[in-house]
Amino acid sequence: MKEFLEGSMAVAKVIQLCKPGVISAYPITPQTHIVEELAQIVADGHLNAQFVNVESEHSAASVVLGASAAGVRAYTATSSQGLLLMGEVVFNIAGMRLPVVMTTAVRAISAPINIWNDHQDAVSLRDAGWVQFHAEDIQEAADLHLIAYKLGEDKSIMLPVMVCMDGFILTHGVETVDIPTQEEVDKFLPAYKAPYKLDVENPMTLGPLVDPEYYTEARYALNETHKEALALIPKITADFAKVFGRTYNGLIEGYQLKDAERVIVAMGSVCGTIKEVIDELRKKGKKVGLLKITSLRPFPVNQIYEALKNISKVAVIDRALSLGSFAPLSAEIKAVFFGKAKKPKAISSFIVGLGGRDITKNSIKEIFRLMTGKEKQGEFIDLKPELLKESYEQNTL
Amino acid sequence: MSKTLFNSGHTACAGCGQSLAARLVIDAAGPNTIVANNTGCLEVFSTKYPETSWGVPFIHSLFENCAAVASGVESALKYLGKADSINVIAQAGDGGTADIGLQALSGMLERGHNILYVCYDNEAYMNTGIQRSGLTPFDSNTTTSPIGVKSTGNIRPKKPMPEIANAHGIPYVATASVAFPQDIQRKVKKALSIKGPKYMQIHVPCPLGWRHETNLTIAVAKLAVETGLYPLIEYENGILAAKRQITPKPVEEYLKTQGRFKHLLKNPDEIKKVQEIADNNIKKYGLKVSEATN
Repeated sequence: MKEFLEGSMAVAKVIQLCKPGVISAYPITPQTHIVEELAQIVADGHLNAQFVNVESEHSAASVVLGASAAGVRAYTATSSQGLLLMGEVVFNIAGMRLPVVMTTAVRAISAPINIWNDHQDAVSLRDAGWVQFHAEDIQEAADLHLIAYKLGEDKSIMLPVMVCMDGFILTHGVETVDIPTQEEVDKFLPAYKAPYKLDVENPMTLGPLVDPEYYTEARYALNETHKEALALIPKITADFAKVFGRTYNGLIEGYQLKDAERVIVAMGSVCGTIKEVIDELRKKGKKVGLLKITSLRPFPVNQIYEALKNISKVAVIDRALSLGSFAPLSAEIKAVFFGKAKKPKAISSFIVGLGGRDITKNSIKEIFRLMTGKEKQGEFIDLKPELLKESYEQNTL
Repeated sequence: MSKTLFNSGHTACAGCGQSLAARLVIDAAGPNTIVANNTGCLEVFSTKYPETSWGVPFIHSLFENCAAVASGVESALKYLGKADSINVIAQAGDGGTADIGLQALSGMLERGHNILYVCYDNEAYMNTGIQRSGLTPFDSNTTTSPIGVKSTGNIRPKKPMPEIANAHGIPYVATASVAFPQDIQRKVKKALSIKGPKYMQIHVPCPLGWRHETNLTIAVAKLAVETGLYPLIEYENGILAAKRQITPKPVEEYLKTQGRFKHLLKNPDEIKKVQEIADNNIKKYGLKVSEATN
């Protein structure tokens, strides 16, 4: 049913339909509305789940780890510092092959402290072993949670999945969202049956000490599973389309790519703004397009190659930094084309929208303007040079 | 069929008090038990892949989160309607309990989960090489509280973990010692018969870290109790309900058995300070036999 909903409410409603048995979370802006709504749903008896209020994100992640190990579908949500505090457990959940689903209300990292949206938190944990999806709008954010459970719990995969939605922009924004029925969700996502779990009838040891004799193979297997996930995601999104009538690629999405000469690569809600700019520029005859990355992990190398190999000029938007090196997404897009005969003439890298600074249509137009044949490296858009002139002396009295 | 749920073949050191206590605990708990274990000696020596000593479902995640992992397991059991028929035990060493795991433990106790938390207290980070923890005793010589011209060892007494646990208003707190195996098993069974969060702290000598002969583990543990340095007590619903009474021996008898206290033997002033700790315990908990009979 179509409803006019805040992003957090839409996610909470979809999680309710996924019927997790254990939910655990610790409050952090801008994740709070999601877990508040779930707490209310449980309190009202609309969802039979244990809602565990914990004393930190580290424990929230540990609680869902324990619940998932006991064979029960589990859910948590966090953001920013919370995700970093979870970090150790986040790696652990993936290594233990537990299909937890987590929403990350993607937000900047301190210092300086900032509660607004960029991608630094999620991108900093890209190596943790989780599948990492980035949503463009509220409908996609809601739908990706269904895909997340279906993918993570597949017996050939058994991986945790993080659904990233831009903090405030998507968590607090309001859109018309199609919330599926319970029957539809049950058809798509059957009850979770764990292939291994903590079971007194069949005792097993989870999380053993693994020495150099076996460790490499455990990590190799985890890496291989990401490749298998790349192949499975389009099949799951095809199933999704059959049940819910909405079509996603799940890995990447091209917009006006066919004859495009200049293409921006981006993740998350900024893709909506970019599409609008493309529509405007196309009316003026400019051959511009967008490649949206939905799945940062697994990284769809071949799909990206096919989508961009004939494009002349590419610009990658990063909303996070790898301080002291190339911007993270730009480095990976460039790596796709390393040593390839067919490749864009220029792959430029732009940093934009850190700590909630608005990315306006003008910001995007500026990027298209700067996409000349000469590659730009980590160029900041909308930087305020006057703020960089302040010195310690001026601020101390 | 093995008689124990904690099988031999693990790689604990000779004379390890923790391995003895772990077996006593799980055998008292029985097969309908799930164990969540922090990183530490116990997990390392009992679960080296592809072998395991554990005859019950066992999960190790990280150094500091067994209380939270166990909370997740217990919540899952509640969801499955199995919470009343399956015990959940969270267990850790003293560092994993009193230091890095204290926050997760406090959360678990405060939330009221039906979990027995067991701290195996060997009084330092033995797995990483005998560094001091919040449960290392006063004046103990460890690798991070070494003796020197300006140091007589660890500068602080043990963190009062049983009291900290008790302050959470939980129904049962007990200390125990590997020197008294039947007492450990009685307390485990009692704890598991009570609904809600329970805390047990078991004194387990580490011959390597304490530097005593490997055949003296039980004798050394016994002396800790008999000197008043390791009171065996039980709190039920916040009230001191039971204690093991002693005819106190001088602390020197305990200290002289271990290399970690060797430097104190020619330092009467420091021995006096340790004796004061024992005397305060004896007074605080009423440990002296004569007090009970008077």
